Amino acid sequence: MRVLVGVKRVIDYAVKVRVKADKTGVVKDNVKHSMNPFDEIALEEAVRLKEKKIAKEVVAVSCGPTASQETLRTALAMGADKAIHVEVDAATAEKMEPIHVAKILAKLIEKEKFDLVILGKQAIDDDANQTGQMLAGFLDWPQAMFASKIEPDGSTHLKVTREIDGGLDTIKVKLPAVISADLRLNEPRYATLPNIMKAKKKPLEKKTPADFGVEIKPQTETVEVSDPPVRQAGIMVDDVQSLVSKLREKGAIP
Amino acid sequence: MLAFRHSLKLSRHNTLCTRLNSTLVIAEHNEEQLAAVTRNAITAATKLGGDVSVLVAGSKADKVAAEVSKIANVKRVLLAKDAKLGGQLPERLTPVVLASHKQFKFSNIVAGASSFGKGLIPRVAAKLDVSPVSDVIAVHGADSFTRTMYAGNAVTKVKSLAPVKLITFRGTAFEAAADGGSAAVENAPSSDIKTDTSEFLSSELSKSERPDLGTASIVVSGGRGLKNGENFKLLYDLADKLGAGVGASRAAVDAGFVPNDMQIGQTGKIIAPELYIAVGISGAIQHLAGMKDSKTIVAINKDPDAPIFQVADFGLKADLFKAVPEMTALLSK
Repeated sequence: MRVLVGVKRVIDYAVKVRVKADKTGVVKDNVKHSMNPFDEIALEEAVRLKEKKIAKEVVAVSCGPTASQETLRTALAMGADKAIHVEVDAATAEKMEPIHVAKILAKLIEKEKFDLVILGKQAIDDDANQTGQMLAGFLDWPQAMFASKIEPDGSTHLKVTREIDGGLDTIKVKLPAVISADLRLNEPRYATLPNIMKAKKKPLEKKTPADFGVEIKPQTETVEVSDPPVRQAGIMVDDVQSLVSKLREKGAIP
Repeated sequence: MLAFRHSLKLSRHNTLCTRLNSTLVIAEHNEEQLAAVTRNAITAATKLGGDVSVLVAGSKADKVAAEVSKIANVKRVLLAKDAKLGGQLPERLTPVVLASHKQFKFSNIVAGASSFGKGLIPRVAAKLDVSPVSDVIAVHGADSFTRTMYAGNAVTKVKSLAPVKLITFRGTAFEAAADGGSAAVENAPSSDIKTDTSEFLSSELSKSERPDLGTASIVVSGGRGLKNGENFKLLYDLADKLGAGVGASRAAVDAGFVPNDMQIGQTGKIIAPELYIAVGISGAIQHLAGMKDSKTIVAINKDPDAPIFQVADFGLKADLFKAVPEMTALLSK
């Protein structure tokens, strides 16, 4: 089985983002970036499938500016065999939507045979939670989103436990399929120094959206990006008694 | 002349759009009852202008269709009843949605931003070759919406150029639509539902007598500070006194204190109750994303530097193991 994993370079999850003064976006220059946390989980799962001899090859793909190659090197250091960088300039990358990424991945899959695609359930920058579902739609493959457990079911199917609103559900999907990883799927490994060194020698193929015949034509215009409303400063209370009376005064509790 | 003709064409196009604006809401349900978030989505749908239709698809969804037909502002209920639709798999629902769209040419196809809506809407969008808009918190017109990014740290106003708008709405951002309608229930156009690629096997839902997190007016939430799962009983006791739902931070879920579906945050549930009581939760960015629109926020934490105090209306620096039982006892009086 060949597994494709999508990885996105995003502002590190621990960074408190700042909105630009001209309201066109958030400040990205000189801000720490790293692999989207959900993509680390997706990749870890793919590497584990390889370690269990279920997968034969794991390919990591990223769409974005040149700096995305750092993210791909991390993916290679974590255990991917090969990386594909679909390069777009920084300005175009800003305008890229999940639909464009899904189209590129769909074309890539049509060119090279993959049996399974694992993506993160959402990127923590745009919070869209769309790419996996759209890719499955384009390919007409079954989808198993928000996966917290993946088990093979014979050689043609996977049994996937998903995190849904009220708890969990389990579905069976026929390969080829698209899966999106939720937080609880696994605990991603750290890339060790020897593996980081080895990753430098692994193949990284460069492509452009044009190679896949995909035009980045935005369907969603950003009109304005602003700060969320600031909450009024609160007060510290001395004890439980005064907390309860303040809440009662406010009518928040009976 | 060309320019004039062009503008004429444009304006005619615009009137046509306004007149024909119509929305299909995909109902979420468990075959017995409509999910609360669908009522919020219906309210959001009415803000788009035009007629609102609701698609109820399931294996025995008559009861839900009847419930939906009584909701105010719902013009038409499309019922797709088929044993194949039990389990509500997106691969099977998508052709049903597309068949309805083919017949009625909706300008918007929407659902609540729950795991159901998030799973389905982008797949339908791909089939229609349009870019969807996720987790919308405000509607400014037929094509202009507000959503959040970066765990709620940036608020973005977007204009969708997509010929059909595929949208999920954040439930807490819109009122629940009340009853007061009398829509006709008709059968949805038939579609070819393939069953060979995916199958629903089972679900394991957390049982709780407490109010649903998404709709509870008071939520008591615990974090790593609770130390173990047994100690969550302190929160359950307090919640029961308040008629509150109980949530958790990611740390509490990862540590195995409580099940995943209780997680509040960027990647868990996004809630906005009247009162949110955070107990032993530091207040990481990802947690704040899920609760900072709560009307009143209370933080109980022994660390005076915990970021949660920066968003709390009332903060109490105290040991939760003393403060929470004391609060429960005070409320009993």
